[in-house]
Amino acid sequence: MPTQAPALLTQLATALATGDIRVIDLTQTLTPEFPQIALPPEMGQCWPFRIEEVSRYDERGPGWYWNNFSCGEHTGTHFDAPIHWISGRNLPHNAVDTISPQHFVAPACVIDCSGQVQNDPDYLLTVQDILDFEAVHGRIPAGAWLLMRTDWSQRRDPEAYQNFDETGQHTPGPSSEAVQFLVDERDVLGFGSEAIGTDAGQGYHLRPPYPCHYFMHGAGKYGLQCLTNLHLLPPTGAMLICPPLKIQNGSGSPLRVLALVQGGGLS
Amino acid sequence: MTMPLMRPKRKNPVLRTPQINLPPGSRGRVALGLTAAAAQGRFALQTCEDCGAVQYPPREACHRCLSPRLRWREQSGAGRLLATTTLHHSNDLYFRERLPWRLGMVQLDAGPSVMAHLHGAVGDDAQRVRLGARLDRAGQAVLIAFPIEDEAHMADDPMLREMTSDPKFRKVLVTDGKTAVGQALVKALVKAGADIVWTGHAEPWKKLPGMDELARLPQVSLVPLDVTNGRSVTELAGEIGGKVDIVINNAEVHRGFGIAARRGTDVARAEMDVNYLGLLRLAQEFGPPLKGRAADGVTHASAWVNLLSIYALSNFPPHGTFSASKAAAYSLAQCLRAEMRPAGIRVINVFPGPIDEEWNQQLPPPKLAPAALANAVVKALRDGVEDVYPGDVAQEWLERWRDDPKVLERELALNGG
Repeated sequence: MPTQAPALLTQLATALATGDIRVIDLTQTLTPEFPQIALPPEMGQCWPFRIEEVSRYDERGPGWYWNNFSCGEHTGTHFDAPIHWISGRNLPHNAVDTISPQHFVAPACVIDCSGQVQNDPDYLLTVQDILDFEAVHGRIPAGAWLLMRTDWSQRRDPEAYQNFDETGQHTPGPSSEAVQFLVDERDVLGFGSEAIGTDAGQGYHLRPPYPCHYFMHGAGKYGLQCLTNLHLLPPTGAMLICPPLKIQNGSGSPLRVLALVQGGGLS
Repeated sequence: MTMPLMRPKRKNPVLRTPQINLPPGSRGRVALGLTAAAAQGRFALQTCEDCGAVQYPPREACHRCLSPRLRWREQSGAGRLLATTTLHHSNDLYFRERLPWRLGMVQLDAGPSVMAHLHGAVGDDAQRVRLGARLDRAGQAVLIAFPIEDEAHMADDPMLREMTSDPKFRKVLVTDGKTAVGQALVKALVKAGADIVWTGHAEPWKKLPGMDELARLPQVSLVPLDVTNGRSVTELAGEIGGKVDIVINNAEVHRGFGIAARRGTDVARAEMDVNYLGLLRLAQEFGPPLKGRAADGVTHASAWVNLLSIYALSNFPPHGTFSASKAAAYSLAQCLRAEMRPAGIRVINVFPGPIDEEWNQQLPPPKLAPAALANAVVKALRDGVEDVYPGDVAQEWLERWRDDPKVLERELALNGG
């Protein structure tokens, strides 16, 4: 007797084939020009993405083309594991190689802050923003990603994307209270941002400094940053697929972030 | 008098770009002493340690007493022009393309009579002159008679301009405009009459002081250039490589660590990536177009300048990994020089002592001011030298290094300089 394919996955396969479920890429392309996070120069630095040709059907390799590349764990669109932050350093399964793979496929809620950010690049997501979202779209389920849509990824010019002035970087992120609410009251899986970090550009001056890193990772939650195409996602109902590279004891990794979205309406 | 050089007309793009023919370039080992001194801006002749005779041309033994104890000593060059002649014909391709060419016989006060090229400001009458040594297009020392008194526009003499790399009307690439040295270089080049100064601008999102002021200079054009990114170097070379006459590679990473003071290799790697591999990436992309334009009119491609460090000669342990990266860059710069010389492009290595910049903030003076370093680079271009050691610290280290590298190594290890 032939084995039955599991019904749910069969439906998924059919929905993917018919386009009823679409796959949306939330990943920035890895290029040498994409900016990396900038720390004061006396500190250790994250490598930017660099790529060098090994051969291109030439005397270095007549029949094949390939490259070597280098980058940091936190280059480009990337995943933050709890071990990245000092608050999460002693948690179990806190590195990219030991996190349960079950967590790499999870639903996502998308809160649209693009309007606020247009007027204020330092905009901080508030608890009220979350409550307003829930009033319309329902309660954020435990184990879901909370993605902050800001349209920041539309800033294609690296200078505008980084948005530095003499007081540092000005990019949006969550307030300390909002992070604590998401962790304590909603038990989210993690927080995702379009900017270069999950914390705001001025997050060092919040209490505590870098609250998103501090509280999320301290509670075993994850981070996603440098996301793009969040405007193509529905407020609820998208399914994120985001497995980082299996780096031993890795604090994070560049990755491809995909979203499954049902229905053809949104684009 | 010397006619001032007028802004040359734009190049006629339907004509073939002339290729360089070098003047005779072979010299014996003994004669290279003259070249070695000229490469450092000095006119030196062999003097006999036994009888004191000064001689030219260089030989293995003293022409007067046959002693082999000869030493190269710097000369004042004072002498008297005895006779002149003008070449209207030559079978040598280099001179053939540059006729007429004036030569003269000079009797040096120190003794020898020499044949020398004549600066245009030296007339045909017998007169007092000042003899100097310069490197010609083949990179070999030649002797030039200058007038006793400097006069206006002397650097514009066509023969002298052949042997130097005066920035006047030339197009220059400064690879990093974000440092104090880079900004001083750009300003000094503009002041020296450079036509265009392309100024490398890595990581444009990092706002550093001075860039806006620089960008307002009409000669300055900010260009994206990150020497750690091969693609960035390739793209810029594709865009402007065919127009650059002088490359000044001042991009550097400088941190003050030895081996034990910093865990890991990230800083050392960054230093190597910029200071050594950056030069390699630039040389692979900008070297070939530079070589192809070594005879392209009066503003032909002429020079490549490397900002090295006096620490390249001997490791300064408190800045140990930086020293190592500069030693690597120095070695590569010698390779670059060997590859560029046959094309008539001069490679100038600059070995400053500690520069007055943020990474030397806690170092007591004397420190070399960025503007002084920039002026030394412009002077090196104008004088056509190969090696420059600007500032008192560099001069003093050089002297100690020449005296005994092993002693210097011990001194640096003991007391950090």
